[in-house]
Amino acid sequence: MNDWPLLSLTTFLPLLGALFILTIRGEAEVVTRNARAVALLTSVATFIVSLFILVKFNGSSPDFQFKETATWFPGTTIAYSMGVDGVSMWFVILSTFLTPICILSSFAGVTKRVKEYMVAFLVLETMMVGMFCALDLVLFYIFFEAVLIPMFIIIGVWGGQRRVYAAFKFFLYTLAGSVLMLLAMMAIYFEAHTTDIPSLMAHSFPFALQQWLWLAFFASFAVKVPMWPVHTWLPDAHVEAPTAGSVILAGVLLKMGAYGFLRFSVPMLPDASVYFTPLIYTLSIVAVIYTSLVALVQDDMKKLIAYSSVAHMGYVTIGIFSMTVQGVEGAIFQMLSHGIVASALFLCVGVVYDRMHTREIARYGGLATRMPIYAAVFMLFTMASVGLPGTSGFVGEFLVLLGVFQVSSWVAFFAATGLVLGCTYMLLLYRRVMFGRLVREDLKAILDLDLREVAVFVPLILIVIWMGVYPSTVIEPIHATVAKMIDNYELARAAHEGLSVAAR
Amino acid sequence: MITATVFLPLLGAMVAGLFGRFIGDRGAQIITCGLLLVSAVLAGLIFNKVALGGHPETILIADWIQSGTVNVTWSLKVDTLTAVMLIVVTWVSAAVHVYSVGYMSHDTSIARFQSYLSLFTFAMLMLVTADNLVQMFFGWEGVGVASYLLIGFWYEKPSASAAAIKAFVVNRVGDFGFALGIFGTYFLFGSVGFDAIFQAAPDKAAATVTFFGVEWHAITICCLLLFVGAMGKSAQLGLHTWLPDAMEGPTPVSALIHAATMVTAGVFMVARMSPLFEFSDTALTVVTVVGAATAIFAATVGCVQNDIKRIIAYSTCSQLGYMFFAIGVSAYQAAIFHLMTHAFFKALLFLGAGSVIHAMSDEQDIRKMGGIWKHVKVTWVLMWIGSLALAGVPFFAGFYSKDTILEAAWGSHTIAGQGAYWLGCAAAFLTAFYSWRLLLLTFHGRPRADEHVMAHVHESPAVMILPLLFLATGAVFAGWLGFDLFVGHANHEFWLHSILNTEAHPALENAHHVPEWVALLPTVVALSGIALAYLFYSFAPGLPVALANTFQGVYQFLLNKWYFDELYDTIFVKPAFRLGRGLWLGGDGALIDGVGPDGVAAATVVIAKRFSRMQSGFLYHYAFSMLIGVAVFVTWYIFNAR
Repeated sequence: MNDWPLLSLTTFLPLLGALFILTIRGEAEVVTRNARAVALLTSVATFIVSLFILVKFNGSSPDFQFKETATWFPGTTIAYSMGVDGVSMWFVILSTFLTPICILSSFAGVTKRVKEYMVAFLVLETMMVGMFCALDLVLFYIFFEAVLIPMFIIIGVWGGQRRVYAAFKFFLYTLAGSVLMLLAMMAIYFEAHTTDIPSLMAHSFPFALQQWLWLAFFASFAVKVPMWPVHTWLPDAHVEAPTAGSVILAGVLLKMGAYGFLRFSVPMLPDASVYFTPLIYTLSIVAVIYTSLVALVQDDMKKLIAYSSVAHMGYVTIGIFSMTVQGVEGAIFQMLSHGIVASALFLCVGVVYDRMHTREIARYGGLATRMPIYAAVFMLFTMASVGLPGTSGFVGEFLVLLGVFQVSSWVAFFAATGLVLGCTYMLLLYRRVMFGRLVREDLKAILDLDLREVAVFVPLILIVIWMGVYPSTVIEPIHATVAKMIDNYELARAAHEGLSVAAR
Repeated sequence: MITATVFLPLLGAMVAGLFGRFIGDRGAQIITCGLLLVSAVLAGLIFNKVALGGHPETILIADWIQSGTVNVTWSLKVDTLTAVMLIVVTWVSAAVHVYSVGYMSHDTSIARFQSYLSLFTFAMLMLVTADNLVQMFFGWEGVGVASYLLIGFWYEKPSASAAAIKAFVVNRVGDFGFALGIFGTYFLFGSVGFDAIFQAAPDKAAATVTFFGVEWHAITICCLLLFVGAMGKSAQLGLHTWLPDAMEGPTPVSALIHAATMVTAGVFMVARMSPLFEFSDTALTVVTVVGAATAIFAATVGCVQNDIKRIIAYSTCSQLGYMFFAIGVSAYQAAIFHLMTHAFFKALLFLGAGSVIHAMSDEQDIRKMGGIWKHVKVTWVLMWIGSLALAGVPFFAGFYSKDTILEAAWGSHTIAGQGAYWLGCAAAFLTAFYSWRLLLLTFHGRPRADEHVMAHVHESPAVMILPLLFLATGAVFAGWLGFDLFVGHANHEFWLHSILNTEAHPALENAHHVPEWVALLPTVVALSGIALAYLFYSFAPGLPVALANTFQGVYQFLLNKWYFDELYDTIFVKPAFRLGRGLWLGGDGALIDGVGPDGVAAATVVIAKRFSRMQSGFLYHYAFSMLIGVAVFVTWYIFNAR
């Protein structure tokens, strides 16, 4: 299977499953059961296929691998072009790994319009994977925007009370940013006459243009990350989305912005990136401190975790723009880790939401008495979220802070305050939900995790600990790509500085 | 052998934690205690080979974090310093494991408790065997979590879970400094491994760096940041507030974690980093001052507390202060010596207190005890031994180690050292006083508990008494046995290269050549402290009450622990929550959403409404606006035609 188009297969297999589900007819109950089964099978199959990418990936090469190219718009350079390097490979795996977990976890939570729900999820998977694999600007843009549609539907149809408000906020916020990105892409095309991402990475843009392009990309990616102050769509979207929607949102969609920074802003626009680094640092530090303080006073479990996501993504942006090996690798690791940990925390909330249909923290208390397994699972992910060494959360945070300290000790200082604030809100959440006396009548009959839920959590637990104890498995394939990225970046910087010296 | 010593407790924790419900409480107890006893025996063998035989070794287990030039491994480094800690940790932990079998026998989640204890032991062992700063940080945070879980073990009690969070968060403040210290050290040395750092330290003795916009002496700033971490873990003045509250945990936990092992991690860390601290006189002076201040502060508070466990907790805090000022005058050996003896007698005191609490039907207030010595004779004798050792009465363990520390402080010939000596003597006086206050009020005098409780007063079972006897042996003999090796004539051969003393810091050498009165004074003040306690609580019981009434202000100040909790609550905790609420409602809600998405959406609706009103359906409205338009265009055309 050496010459199989692995990436296209991974990308479009879910779409095939979705089409298949659409053809299911019959009694409502049968349709529901079959739709669930087909969706789960398809996503598991996709995950298995994607594992071939992992196995065959050559970690010592910094180049794009598994490349596929087909002409698309004859007469232009726009092509259907796919490929992965050390950075994007892991995000493909993350997407294909989380999707089956989401589908499995929503067996209990989603009971109406199951067929459509499963279709939406599989389409979403196609778009996510496609986005991480795309090596052409136009293709990237299509996938990048198309992700919004199924997500909009998932929030808007299967969401909570204020789902319509949240769905529109989510959609318009992100779309507003993306419009500017589209303009920037057109400008790039007219300047460089190509939409091929690898060629663009080698192209050097004039500094003035770089600044405009950088800001346009920034508008789009900052919303997606989300960075302060354009983060306010996230708490609403998370709160209203169904559990699995929150999982994908936190697990994969939030990574798209940071991935964009890594794929476009830094390699293509190095001078502008240096120029705007203080802006990124400032916004990220504000994000870490501000959202941590806000998280302290939340009454809604999902909102608290949503705000914590903003703080955690602050580390990611700091790490990327520190432009040190540790900072960038730490940022990538932090994204993967957050993808797992935040997803798991949303699943944890989902467990009690499925039982009690409320996310209000004050409605719980003393759950540890009735739900010891759940308490242990929740504790583990709480600890991973606060960055306990030995869990995946630590490695990313540690590398990011270590990396940025080499560049600016002040940034490291302020970012590290997140260590204190982060543990405060997470432990308070845990205490208010789990500890104390079990007094509420309706909680006294609450049941511990069932077998399906355990099956959902076990892979997540194993990965979190594995990534914390032996992170080399994950970091190893990233080394070459990051090293090349930083080398090119330094070269471009040196060239730019040489120019400005000559111009003087 | 070393690997087994460290990982057997982890195995025990996993078996008891994951399969507790299958193997039952008894099974969990047998497995965790058994594995820990094996580990303790192995630690003894390691001590014999490494410390007495002089064969330090390092075992590489696996890679951990590798990124660019950062290379962190999982490894176990055992030299004399580690071997001493291995003994302390595994032996006290084994005693506590066995004791818990009796103490927790009425509890509903025994397997969980034993599992946490073993988990803690594992983390502590990882901490002391670390060969780089990051693995030490792993153990450091690991013991923090275990401590959090154990303080909050009785999670149904709100005070217990509050204390657990407080412990974790205050420790995190220290860890914040520790983490920055690690980054700074890496910045300076390009490595986080101890060997590499220590080798390069002399070359960097004069280097400067600019951190936080200030140019620092490089090693000083690294040491100070690391010391912040040590202050958090070892409950030094400023970051001590969590320790007294941590007494909410079950008593065996207090003995193991909050007396013998975890709180001494800070002392261990600074001693481990001695090759770095030796090159910064400023950092050492800071350590001396903080240590001495803590020693006297905690002793003053300890004198007026009424909760039996809190008295011992403040005592622990005070004794840790002694260890730190010993380090501050470069007498690391004396600090570790005191750490070792303290582990025995303080664990003994805590477990003894647990035995008392057990006997008194969970009463902890010493004002409601008294006169029980006849009923719990063994416990009574053991508590006496512990107190004698703590007060530094001659020939008990504390006498050797505490006197060495005070003599070294005097022998340092620095202002800070001399100050520490005098404060240390004052604290020794108070130590003796509060120890006997505790003994007299608890065991002697008239019974103050009601008859119902008094009728139930009983001696603890053998499974609780045996570990106490073991610790008592240590409290009696550890000082006498260890003196020569740790701080006496054999100390150079014993410590080898695990601790560095530069020639500029001969405090420990000088300790053996101090004037006679300097050596005698601590014993004299200790005995007078005991005498004062007898005067107050046996012969003239009215006196302390009268004193408290006369100096109401001072009494309240001490009783409320110098108002540290209130202060922190006012300047950190409450503002943080107020700020959070303000940022959420004001920042996110009103400003960002109000001006941003919601504002734009509302504006769109308003504008659209205005426009829709123009669609009135009357022909003359449209005709009129058309005319206006034509007029405007014509005018514009005429003006531009020129």
